[in-house]
Amino acid sequence: MDQVRYEAPNSLDAAVGLLSGSDGMAKIFAGGTDVMVQIHSDLIEPDLIVNVKNIPELTGITHSNGSFTVGAATPVVEMQEHKEFCKTWPGVIEGAELIGSVQVKGRSTIVGNLCNASPAADSVPPCIAAGATVRIVGPNGERQAAVEDIVLGPRKTSLEKGEIIVSTTFPARPPHSGDCYLRLTPRTEMDIAIVGAGVNLTLDDAGTCIAARVSLGAVAPRFLLVKECADALIGSKVDDEALAAMAKAASAAADPISDKRGTKEYRIKTAAVMARRAAEKALERAREN
Amino acid sequence: MATILEESGFNPDADLKVVGTNPVKHDGLDKVLGRAKFGADAYLPGMLYGKILRSPHAHAIIKSIDTSKAEALPGVKAVITSADFPEIPQGTGWGDMSRNTIAREKALFDGHPVAAVAATSEQVAKRACKLVEVEYEVLPHVIDVEDAMAEGAPILHDYMRTKGDENALDVPTNVCEKMVSKLGDVAVGFEAADCVVEHEFDSKPMHQGYIEPQGCIADYSEDGLVEVWTCTQAPFVYRDRLSAVLKIDAAKINVQQSELGGGFGGKTGFYAEPLAIILSKKASAPVKMTLTRAEVFRGTGPVSGTKSRIKMGCTKDGKITAAEADLYFQTGPYTGSMYFNAPNAMFTRYELENVYIEAYEVVSNRPKVNSFRAPCVPQIVFGVEGIIDEMAKKVGMDPIDFRLKNAAKEGHTTIYGDTWGPVGFIETLEAAKETDHYKTPVKDGEGRGISCGFWFNRGGETSSTMTLAPDGTVTIATGTADVAGSRISIAMMAAEELGISVDKVRVRMADTNSLGFNRVTAGSRTTFSVGMVVVDNARKCITELCRRAANIWGVAEEEVVYEDGQVKPASSNVGDFEPMSVGEITSKTTMTNGAIVSSSSMNVTGAGPGFGVNIVDLKVDEGTGRVDVLRWTVVQDAGKAIHPVQVEGQLQGAAIQGMGWALNEEYIYTDEGKLDNPGFLDYRMPVASDAPMVDCKIVEIPNPKHPFGLRGVGEVPVVPTMAAVGNAITDAIGIRPTSLPMSPPKLLKLIEERDAG
Amino acid sequence: MAKAHVTTTINGDEYEFLCEPQQSLVDVLRNELRLSGTKEGCSTGDCGACSVMMDGRLVCSCLVLAVEAEGKEVETIEGMGTADDLHPLQKRFLEINGLQCGICTPGILVAAKALLEENDNPTESEIRYWLAGNLCRCTGYDKVIRSVQAAAEDMRKG
Ligand code: FES
Ligand code: FES
Repeated sequence: MDQVRYEAPNSLDAAVGLLSGSDGMAKIFAGGTDVMVQIHSDLIEPDLIVNVKNIPELTGITHSNGSFTVGAATPVVEMQEHKEFCKTWPGVIEGAELIGSVQVKGRSTIVGNLCNASPAADSVPPCIAAGATVRIVGPNGERQAAVEDIVLGPRKTSLEKGEIIVSTTFPARPPHSGDCYLRLTPRTEMDIAIVGAGVNLTLDDAGTCIAARVSLGAVAPRFLLVKECADALIGSKVDDEALAAMAKAASAAADPISDKRGTKEYRIKTAAVMARRAAEKALERAREN
Repeated sequence: MATILEESGFNPDADLKVVGTNPVKHDGLDKVLGRAKFGADAYLPGMLYGKILRSPHAHAIIKSIDTSKAEALPGVKAVITSADFPEIPQGTGWGDMSRNTIAREKALFDGHPVAAVAATSEQVAKRACKLVEVEYEVLPHVIDVEDAMAEGAPILHDYMRTKGDENALDVPTNVCEKMVSKLGDVAVGFEAADCVVEHEFDSKPMHQGYIEPQGCIADYSEDGLVEVWTCTQAPFVYRDRLSAVLKIDAAKINVQQSELGGGFGGKTGFYAEPLAIILSKKASAPVKMTLTRAEVFRGTGPVSGTKSRIKMGCTKDGKITAAEADLYFQTGPYTGSMYFNAPNAMFTRYELENVYIEAYEVVSNRPKVNSFRAPCVPQIVFGVEGIIDEMAKKVGMDPIDFRLKNAAKEGHTTIYGDTWGPVGFIETLEAAKETDHYKTPVKDGEGRGISCGFWFNRGGETSSTMTLAPDGTVTIATGTADVAGSRISIAMMAAEELGISVDKVRVRMADTNSLGFNRVTAGSRTTFSVGMVVVDNARKCITELCRRAANIWGVAEEEVVYEDGQVKPASSNVGDFEPMSVGEITSKTTMTNGAIVSSSSMNVTGAGPGFGVNIVDLKVDEGTGRVDVLRWTVVQDAGKAIHPVQVEGQLQGAAIQGMGWALNEEYIYTDEGKLDNPGFLDYRMPVASDAPMVDCKIVEIPNPKHPFGLRGVGEVPVVPTMAAVGNAITDAIGIRPTSLPMSPPKLLKLIEERDAG
Repeated sequence: MAKAHVTTTINGDEYEFLCEPQQSLVDVLRNELRLSGTKEGCSTGDCGACSVMMDGRLVCSCLVLAVEAEGKEVETIEGMGTADDLHPLQKRFLEINGLQCGICTPGILVAAKALLEENDNPTESEIRYWLAGNLCRCTGYDKVIRSVQAAAEDMRKG
């Protein structure tokens, strides 16, 4: 910790160069809301801090042909201020809004939330449910990955040394689509999810579900994209029976641990409750669109 | 030493001009401008930064400590361990206090200080702490009361034997003390009961949760004088304890209290101060120490977690016939939980003939508990008021009527032997019945709970001076800490007595060199006791003002009177003199024997008990067990509210603290005995969006022993909180939670048990 | 140790300081610049006592690196008003007793000001959620909320 280096490069190349060239622990600093806490609590002692907020590709939100691309260093508050994005992806916003207080949202980013690799991160399940992908740049060039493929386990990601996530892209929405993220916490705010459920679904004109993705957080070492939940909804009218089947599949998929935030048993039970409530809300939104 | 004003002068019909109004508090302006100086807001020339190295083990023998590498780090000016402190025998009060400050033979909890460093910056001090090498022999540990009392439990202190238990064997134990309280014969009482309810309850420690972490600066001068600046509820108590633990003359230690960023009992005992003093001595420079939030959780006092069994019986017309309880309190590694408050207060407010209570205090490998509003009482009243509610339901009575039927009144002799003067329990209950809240039917899908509580209220040693400046303005120096706005109330009482405007009075928190001993601000004693002493001072000043005016006019003292801030001739026979205001007299003190000053010290008695009722509406999410509290009303007897808005603030703050304790706040330990939630993220105190508005109704049944009739208001309002929430949850889900906190997983389990039949 | 040199604007005045790269802004504000009106209650973004504005955004200064302040505009409680020219929020907090011990007050005032600049007529619930990141242990929030409501009304009336 004695010789911490701080850099704020202006280009992606420079950032990749710094990160891949460092010997010790290098930390990407965007919102900083996790890194600062880890430094303060002596959980990490980085040798290099790379502030990526000056890199143009990492900032701002672009919208083209119905799809949105959100720069990795874009704070949540800018997503909240983007009317079109909020209208299109209310569930993603619901997740992003739960990252922390207003103060934290002025700084934190959904990519930071992802890369912190906590399976309880609130903005991740709705991004997975949305089918979002990330663009990654590293010493060996560029690649795309699905959001669900980034976190491998608590504090573990699939990013290679020197790789940076540049942006997150949300696909264009078919009509009659809706999403929702709900989480369970003891308090109304400022908590870490005991269970989080993101649901994204699309109906046909007759109201039959033709596509669905259901993602759960905090119920396993990784974020889950639960195919059985989706299968329970697809082809149904998202009626009581389908919802019950989906809820059951959510509990079945949950493989949580007991920790200070909740017991295994409690998480398994409430995964069903939260998934169902999220699906009901997503359905309501899909019907409106 | 006087203990009370001979003539309180209480006059129920007094035409009060200042008392009962709501002036802006004098310390407010600096606080809204960011200029008020709290514990961490002072800086001295040449100041160093201190940091504490804490034990990572819950229970371990300290075999050796090597500080050489830390000392060698550039910028490090001093490293200390227990070897730098006077050795005081184990098992004594001072010995425990010394060891709680810095571990000697053993580390007894995760976070127990083992060494400290002073360095030129916090960063360097932090690094140096990591270079201190401690060799531990880790011992088996024990966290919970039941485990600590079990056969074969790891023993914290080989010397410990249970005090107050004549049957105790002469073998080491973790039970420090046993206390038995009784009235009448419970067997006879239960015999007479038509309805008996019995439950086991438990609670987890909660933290006082003040937002200001402890912060202090100590400066040990080369000639042995010690200056301490710190956020404390008890400057004089700190001084005397520092003196005893560090073996420094009390007169050489001067403690100046800073503004206090919340205490609630948690800043009645010191933590970093002795370390800062010894570091300062060793480094020959002032040392500032500020705890981190994690240190606050790991190392400073929570309240006692408890286990209890409570049984009560009543007749079918709702008369309580017997009450019985076994109570077990965690105290941390050393005795001193104030558990005795619980047997004394738990049933007190009801007229009971047959009571039997056994209470035990038990050590375990947790941080030493510290006091919190009504120490050890709310978590036990949770059970008592729950059972009362259940009995009321069983005999088909309105819960307030049931309580009214059993309410104690003036003349009642308590289990601890006091006989009460005028009290307002009945009036408080009746006022609760009349609230809009109670009269409004419970909404569909919600539950309502009511509960009530009692606190003794306290007096104690109080010393204060009053100085009149030449312009007639008044300075009061008090040494009983202002923890929530007592300064304005004190200024108001002085202004009322002197008949002047409150703007002309300033109250200053004095250092310990300037006044006689003042007890800690605790037990709801401050506004009551300081008020008593301040009125005494005001009266003495008035006497002196009269004397001076008489002197100026050349008349006898008896020929003048003091009225509305002026001295006047007692009658027209005395002569034709223009009344003289305080300022006119004080401007002439050069000619009349010098400044007008008075000082008063009393060991104040006469505090009147206080009572409160809570009404709570809430909703339980049956899918998850989450609770949303929707409406909260507090009704409380304040005797006389000096500053009603401040009183409301006490009631509202207590309500929401109790809500947090009831629903989510708890200490969580890992299997290794480490505190697993030492931060605000996972120690879940209520945030703004969790809380409802809190309506207050202040009842005023005066305590005639006080010049203005006041009763303390700080502790009572937290006493009924958890029971009110518990009773409301019971009403909502139809099954009684008996374990605190009533967190979502526990409630969901109860709901499932209910549904399973 | 290599310290970073930072030039920044605080409450309209230019400041220069040296800091270690991992030092937080609240640490530098309080301990280097001695602007101790900003409080530090947790250092982990959970209490809001350290709330300040940075380039017009409400942030926890314990979660901001001091080096990030380079070239930025920082506003703290010290810049919010003076005894003769109190901000309506300061005035109402005093009158309504929106503070007891006052340790949370600077952070709450800075945060509430940011809210009222965005929304001059917030509902009780909007105020409560906006202030969810500002812990207060003394007041139970009731008078905090009422103070903000009253100040909002004052500000609407101009
Ligand atoms: S000190 Fe920054 S949020 Fe608590
Ligand atoms: S007034 Fe004390 S914490 Fe808010």
